[in-house]
Amino acid sequence: MARKLKMRIWRGDADNGGLQDVTVEANEGEVVLDVIHRVQATQMGDLAVRWNCKAGKCGSCSMEINGKPRLACMTQVASYGDEETITVTPLRAFPVIKDLVTDVSFNYRKAMEIPSYEPPANLKPGEARMEQVDVERSQEFRKCIECFLCQDTCHVIRDHEENKKSFAGPRFFIRIAELDMHPLDTLKNRKQKAQEEHGLGMCNITKCCTEVCPEHIRITDNAIIPMKERVVDVKYDPLRWLGTKIRKREGIV
Amino acid sequence: MTNLERHSYDVVVIGAGGAGLRAAVEAREAGLRVAIICKSLFGKAHTVMAEGGAAASMGNVNDNDNWQVHFRDTMRGGKFLNHYRMAELHAKESPDRIWELEQWGALFDRTAEGKISQRNFGGHEYPRLAHVGDRTGLELIRTMQQRIVALQQKDGKTYASMESHLKVFPELTVTEIIKEDGKVAGVYGYWRETGAEVLFEAPAVIIATGGVGKTFKITSNSWEGTGDGHALALKAGANLVDMEFLQFHPTGMVWPPSVRGILVTESVRGEGGVLTNTNGERFMFKYIPDVFKDKYADNEEEADRWYTDQDNNRRPPELLPRDEVARAINTEVKAGRGTEHGGVFLDVSKRLTAEVIKKRLPSMWHQFYELAGVDITKEPMEVGPTCHYVMGGVEVEPDTAAAVGVPGLFAAGEVAGGMHGSNRLGGNSLSDLLVFGRRAGMGAAEYVKGAKAVAVSEASIKAAADRIEAPFTRSGGENSYSLHAELQEITHNLVGIIRTGSELKEAIEKIAEIRKRSANVSVAGGRKFNPGFHLAFDLDNMLLVAESTAKSAISREESRGGHTRDDFPQLDNKWRQINHIASFDGNVVSVRKQELPALPKELFDLFDVHELEKYMTPEEIAKGGAR
Repeated sequence: MARKLKMRIWRGDADNGGLQDVTVEANEGEVVLDVIHRVQATQMGDLAVRWNCKAGKCGSCSMEINGKPRLACMTQVASYGDEETITVTPLRAFPVIKDLVTDVSFNYRKAMEIPSYEPPANLKPGEARMEQVDVERSQEFRKCIECFLCQDTCHVIRDHEENKKSFAGPRFFIRIAELDMHPLDTLKNRKQKAQEEHGLGMCNITKCCTEVCPEHIRITDNAIIPMKERVVDVKYDPLRWLGTKIRKREGIV
Repeated sequence: MTNLERHSYDVVVIGAGGAGLRAAVEAREAGLRVAIICKSLFGKAHTVMAEGGAAASMGNVNDNDNWQVHFRDTMRGGKFLNHYRMAELHAKESPDRIWELEQWGALFDRTAEGKISQRNFGGHEYPRLAHVGDRTGLELIRTMQQRIVALQQKDGKTYASMESHLKVFPELTVTEIIKEDGKVAGVYGYWRETGAEVLFEAPAVIIATGGVGKTFKITSNSWEGTGDGHALALKAGANLVDMEFLQFHPTGMVWPPSVRGILVTESVRGEGGVLTNTNGERFMFKYIPDVFKDKYADNEEEADRWYTDQDNNRRPPELLPRDEVARAINTEVKAGRGTEHGGVFLDVSKRLTAEVIKKRLPSMWHQFYELAGVDITKEPMEVGPTCHYVMGGVEVEPDTAAAVGVPGLFAAGEVAGGMHGSNRLGGNSLSDLLVFGRRAGMGAAEYVKGAKAVAVSEASIKAAADRIEAPFTRSGGENSYSLHAELQEITHNLVGIIRTGSELKEAIEKIAEIRKRSANVSVAGGRKFNPGFHLAFDLDNMLLVAESTAKSAISREESRGGHTRDDFPQLDNKWRQINHIASFDGNVVSVRKQELPALPKELFDLFDVHELEKYMTPEEIAKGGAR
């Protein structure tokens, strides 16, 4: 049942570091986080790794496993070949703090830049009425566990630190889409703001974010593309542009 | 220390789960400057794991529901050991707290009329749990996290900075609550990232640190559930009430190992999941206690009919309160009718189609399929009891959440005791943390109005700093990982779901032994993001929790809710009048008995007196409640 697993673990900090080879026992049914914990308890007491629920619900144990952004708690050891070495490295898009732990504060700063939900002014508690089918569109995006794997894989910022200032990233495009599709939100122009202030236009829909999402949120198809299409509609359709100016129908875009 | 990082706030909230965030929102809205400290990143707290929903008698699905019914269910679930005032406030205020979340952007599942949908859950008479699929906890956390951001954005317009009045300090561990002249003066801790120490001066501190599960071997709790707040409060001079009551969730996964301890939400049973032993017998019918015989079906036909006609049939026994289900599974396993991994089968695949399962229980399906390769639409799950929730906790004043005996200290959520009595109903924790998180925020705001900030003395700072440095000054001492594993074996085997006096006595001795050895823990490596160092402090907290639990458990000579004594298997109405109060003198935890406040007449009268006779002594019944 138990077998010897060969691993290479990146150890180091912001200044320097490298891969270290270890051999560790792995049992049937275990995930990569289980064996990392075993390494921690038996060989490297000070190995830094972020984790929390160990159930794929909190999005803490994001790292790169054999080069792919993944949750370590959702990656079964058995999904790799018996002789395969499993290499774990920290997320590449964010600065390393120590070992497998990176500084993801970029994401929390971006979160603070997205305008919040604005309920209708006169709606009393308990009076809201929404159809299930209408809330489901936003609910898909609210499944997000903020693991930031989509941010890590997004090539706009993965190797381009300079783009971070003007690009919020897929996690925050779905946040904007969620509010934009929220049946009761009253703030106008969320899509334009996504385009003009949060870098929606820099995304060229390669769908890498959708591929790595552990919650299977269709980030590109259901959030980014619909927003892009409608922003384009308004920008390049002179009649609709005129309409928004004359009748102030901002709400429809 | 001249280069010590210092902050000054009106209130410091320890913990950023549901209770902590709700408290922070309330305190900020009351005008206070608020710091939120958490061990993890912002938004990762254990609250995200809550699946079933938040109980609130909105009456959206069955309009017979109201606060009185919810109150009665909560008291029954807790076997009448609940602090009545907490259960009352909780039942009355939960609907407002849910509607408030909706005002902040939460998107709950809807009824056909477009109201917030409510689902059935164990121990609740009517469909009562507001939910979002099976990820309700995540929705709560995210909504309040985003509410915090909204308040910060508002501050950004008024003040120079978005974080000037409300700031989150993530990945920071609090090691000490500092008191001066008998009152709270602040907290001391260190950044997990760097190991650098931090002092927060504040006249009010709200503890919202959640649970203690990591004290046990099989648990649904994450690494964070190490009883920090319980221990911080004890050390600050507060009391812990009824620490013997721990909820072992009846249906944790026991196999495969990658998901061991992880919960299978009660909704699986609510949606029609059935428990069977290895003989294929649906065994729960054998375990309906007398007090529940009129509410639960005693045959399969009626139980099955209930799913489509709830008005004319009694509920399936799979939906009995958690302690009953946990005890039943334990008995089956001990009788040799369990699986080789010590569990029984829970199967939802025979009643519902794959499509319906994926729609109603999406996270469940997804989680087990991806984590363990188990497809719950096709095969049964292997489940057994896992340590899930602690009913015991900091003794508080119900209305203000103020910790008894420590001016300036407040506690809310799982870390507070009293609300759930001897056993918590599913769905009552999310509503608990909203109701009492808010009340703690209000309580702190009220307190701060009348309190002056107390300066933290250099002596207190030095003492706190020395304690953090200590494990680094030793070498070749004990390993905190091994001590933790030893503690977990002791608690699992001797203070677990079924207890006896002799084993508890042995546990108390062994825990004391480990505590002695833990004074000699040494840590390898530096201070920077060093898990071994972090565990050294967590271990200290868990040892205090384990000691409080074992000592309370040995004293309570009856079985009730989350405390089962093999040597005292019966519910004893005399014990219902007793709370256990644990306190700490710096060396040992001592436990004393305290009389439970009597149910006032107006709440007493909400029950059929014959029902109360099952729980109360004839003298109590004769009095008819306190006047």
